Amino acid sequence: MHFAFTDQQVEFRDAVRTVLAKECTTDDLRSAFDHPVARTPRWAALAGLGVVGLSVPEAQGGLGLGLVDLVPLLEEAGKVGLPEPLVETAALAAPLLAEVGGAGPAGDAVAGWLAGIADGRIAVAVASGPGAAPVAGADGADLLVLLAPGDDGGPEVHLVASPAVTVTPVGSLDPTRRLGLPQWVPNPATRVASGPTAASAVRRTADRAAVATAAELLGLTERMISMAAAYAKERHQFGRPIGGFQAVKHLLAGAQVKLEFARPVVYGAAWSIDEVEPTSSRAASTAKAYASDAATEAARVSLQVHGAIGYTWECDLHLFLKRTWALSEAWGSAADHRALVLASLVQG
Amino acid sequence: MDIPMDLRFTADQEAFRRDARSWLEAHAPAPRSLPSLDTAEGFEAHRAWEQAMFDDRWSVVSWPEEFGGRGVGILEWLIFEEEYWRVQAPLRVSQNGVFLLAPTMFEFGTEQQKGRFLPAMASGREIWCQGWSEPDAGSDLAGIRSRAVRSEADDGWFLTGQKTWASRGAFAEWCFGLFRTDPETERHRGLTYFLIEMDSPGVTVRPIPQIDGETGFAEIFFEDVFVPDTQVLGGVGKGWNVAMATAGSERGLSLRSPARYTEAAGRLVALYAGLQADQPDRAARSADSVAQAWMDAEAYRLNTLWTATRVLDGGSVGPEASANKIHWSETDLAIHRAALGLLGPAAELHGGDVDAPWLDGYLFALAGPIYAGTNEIQRNVVAERMLGLPRG
Repeated sequence: MHFAFTDQQVEFRDAVRTVLAKECTTDDLRSAFDHPVARTPRWAALAGLGVVGLSVPEAQGGLGLGLVDLVPLLEEAGKVGLPEPLVETAALAAPLLAEVGGAGPAGDAVAGWLAGIADGRIAVAVASGPGAAPVAGADGADLLVLLAPGDDGGPEVHLVASPAVTVTPVGSLDPTRRLGLPQWVPNPATRVASGPTAASAVRRTADRAAVATAAELLGLTERMISMAAAYAKERHQFGRPIGGFQAVKHLLAGAQVKLEFARPVVYGAAWSIDEVEPTSSRAASTAKAYASDAATEAARVSLQVHGAIGYTWECDLHLFLKRTWALSEAWGSAADHRALVLASLVQG
Repeated sequence: MDIPMDLRFTADQEAFRRDARSWLEAHAPAPRSLPSLDTAEGFEAHRAWEQAMFDDRWSVVSWPEEFGGRGVGILEWLIFEEEYWRVQAPLRVSQNGVFLLAPTMFEFGTEQQKGRFLPAMASGREIWCQGWSEPDAGSDLAGIRSRAVRSEADDGWFLTGQKTWASRGAFAEWCFGLFRTDPETERHRGLTYFLIEMDSPGVTVRPIPQIDGETGFAEIFFEDVFVPDTQVLGGVGKGWNVAMATAGSERGLSLRSPARYTEAAGRLVALYAGLQADQPDRAARSADSVAQAWMDAEAYRLNTLWTATRVLDGGSVGPEASANKIHWSETDLAIHRAALGLLGPAAELHGGDVDAPWLDGYLFALAGPIYAGTNEIQRNVVAERMLGLPRG
């Protein structure tokens, strides 16, 4: 039992934090409203550090590491509101492709995609489930991964390169998280996995998506609480900083307690996925439910503590509120995951 | 540290678990078979259980062997607690001593004090209560007025004042309490931490019936009660610092192990599953609260392992202890409220031949956000010391 990150993992996180503090300011987020690009110089910088290809096998130029290694970096991405599809590319597509890999020409194609992820040439969007639903980052992605039932109803994994897909942009609240509706038809040529391989890939991708999104939500939660705490120290009413009033303190303390307890839940879930523990899906659902609730509570109270200024376009807070609201519902809401947790407990 | 993250216990730790399990399965009284520890009869029955554990060195596994423990670490203690709650062994009548005073005594006590008090505490021969709160010093603990006056001639102190809400005060043999030893000082300064024998001349105990009708706590009146210098813990005038160490234990790792909640959460899920089979519609209406309560207990377990690792690696527990106390007290409430929701009209049944573990547990849980420093005080600590907000 040693429930902590290694020194190396902490150093990697600190390096990513330093780069993102410079490369992903709130001014950068605002400029992304008007000039959306999937692969920015920032993406190249992250790829250069090894972040994008972290889960890509070493044979394809990646670091061959796991979700435990990636989670602290995703927290940093959440903290700055990183617009690029790091969850989809690094946390979902890379380990999925590595797992379905295989031999022959199909395997070579997968290896090619993995190499492209590792060197920062490829951004990926991941669509889950049947039916046409908007997909984050689909517009501008180089590769689409589709997890959907095949003709026989069994799970399948499909890959489609961007030229073969038409993506219709869909309006969304968070201008830095662009949604698109991909139109394409799954066919035997796009299929890379079916049967038990696909079933496992689909389940593990859903678990990774829950935990990776939860990790970004941890970072967002910390950012919103720290913005509100800073404001509460600076803003004076009745001749004193509003942060001195218990009514304000207790709002922020409540959110902070939720954050403190969400962290180990997310870290433990990442570990259980890497170790393929039998309870990893339940752990992933617990992580997503906990992190979504912590983040939505932090969003609520940080807006309240900011007061009217927090409700303006000018104040940076909304950049993080909107991402929080989007990610809280993405890959299963807190309520969805509570239902999954309970079903798994009752089944034993 | 370069040890990769690992949430599995070692083979040695699992062997320790098997030893604990087999001893507890052979010796622990059946669940809820002892009379309530808040009755004279139940108090003695619980004391006998403490003695039985002590005799086989299971009462304080993490203490050094010379004081009756096994000298094992915090992770083994958590494993022991999992096994303890797994068999639903009795509540620890010695908890104020072994979980609160003992960690403080290990840190601040003299060798003489440790030798004199710890084994007697661990065997249940001497049960301790806590003399902190006063009628006008509850959440505002630094408002303590009970005082101690030094007598050079007697090598000791004479204590006068009133303490209240002392859990197990009605039956305890010893009390650890905070008294003002310097009348010129105010607030946190000039307080001293005393160890007081309850049958000393001048001590009067008035039991207070609790919300469940039993005498769980008491008022304690001190009238020129003599306490020798050897029963000052941590130095004259150092009482606040010493007390904050106790409070850290109370809110942090040692008072409430996660097993208490994960075991109850497991029973909650079983209760839910039973109702789901009989009355699926009613069960469905409680599903969300059952899942949340189970997750709250699981989060507490994981956070404890996270914190324990930090402590084992040389770190410390600071204001996180306040976050911890908020979480465990609210988790206990969430579990029991969810259970009462599942029971529905049967939730109110109590007394006579009815065994009402969920209602009893709920009444107990209701005190959680109040004792060990109210959750409002803990939120102030979190806001001021974790988020840097100004003191009010």
